[in-house]
Amino acid sequence: MQVIQRHEVRRLLDRGAQLVEVLPSEEYEEEHLPGAINIPLRRIDADARARLDPSRPVITYCWDSA
Amino acid sequence: MSPRAAWRLESLGFSEVYEYAPGKQDWITAGLPTEGTALEEARAGDAAREDAPTCRLDERLGDVRDRVRGAGWETCLVVDERRVVLGILRSKHLDGDSDQAVEEAMSPGPSTFRPNVPVATLARLMAEHGLPDVPVTTNDGVLVGLLLREDAERAAPGGTGEEEHEH
Repeated sequence: MQVIQRHEVRRLLDRGAQLVEVLPSEEYEEEHLPGAINIPLRRIDADARARLDPSRPVITYCWDSA
Repeated sequence: MSPRAAWRLESLGFSEVYEYAPGKQDWITAGLPTEGTALEEARAGDAAREDAPTCRLDERLGDVRDRVRGAGWETCLVVDERRVVLGILRSKHLDGDSDQAVEEAMSPGPSTFRPNVPVATLARLMAEHGLPDVPVTTNDGVLVGLLLREDAERAAPGGTGEEEHEH
C-alpha cells in the first residue's frame, strides 16, 4: 500500500484506477470525489471482491489523515 | 479509516492499492469538483469574483489605485507569481501615499476562506464584521476569487437574486 497526494490521485484516475470512499454512506451521499464509489470500512470484507476489479489500481480515502 | 481499508484490500489480494491520506477535506479545500447532495447549497467558490483585481508587492500604490478604481473596484488582492495571497488593499489603504510600495501600504496576511464554505456563513460573517468582501483561496493559499458581500447575500438561501451590481 502506498500513500499518495492529490496530484497522484488524478494521475492514477487517468490510468483507470478505482476510487473508493470508505466513510459511512451518509457522508458519501453528501459529498464525494467524482467517480468514487462507497464501500464503508465495515463493508470492505463483504463487498470489495464483488464491487472492485482486482486487476485495476484501487485508491481509498476518507475525510483526512487524522 | 482509509489506511485500514487499504491494508485490508491488500490482504484480500488486491495488488495495487493506494491511500489518498489527505482525503476528501484536502480535495474540497483545493476547490476541486465534487459530487453529492451538499452541492445544492451555494458555496464561496461558486460566487467568488475571479476577475477581482490583483497586484504585486513591489508596485507603486498610486498606479494600483488608478487601475483598481478605474475598473470600478475598491479592493485589490496582493499576490505573488503563483497567485498566493500575501495581503489586501481596501479603500483606506488605496487612499495612502501614491509613491509608497504596495507592500508598505497593504494589510498583510488577510483572513481567507475556502471554496467549500457556504455563502450564507460568509454573508453573516461579513455583516457581523462590517466587511465588504473576503478573499477565497485554496488550502494552498492560491487565490480563487473575491467574494463580495452583496453576492454572498444574494446567493444565500433567502437572497433576492434581483440586485444589479457594477462589477
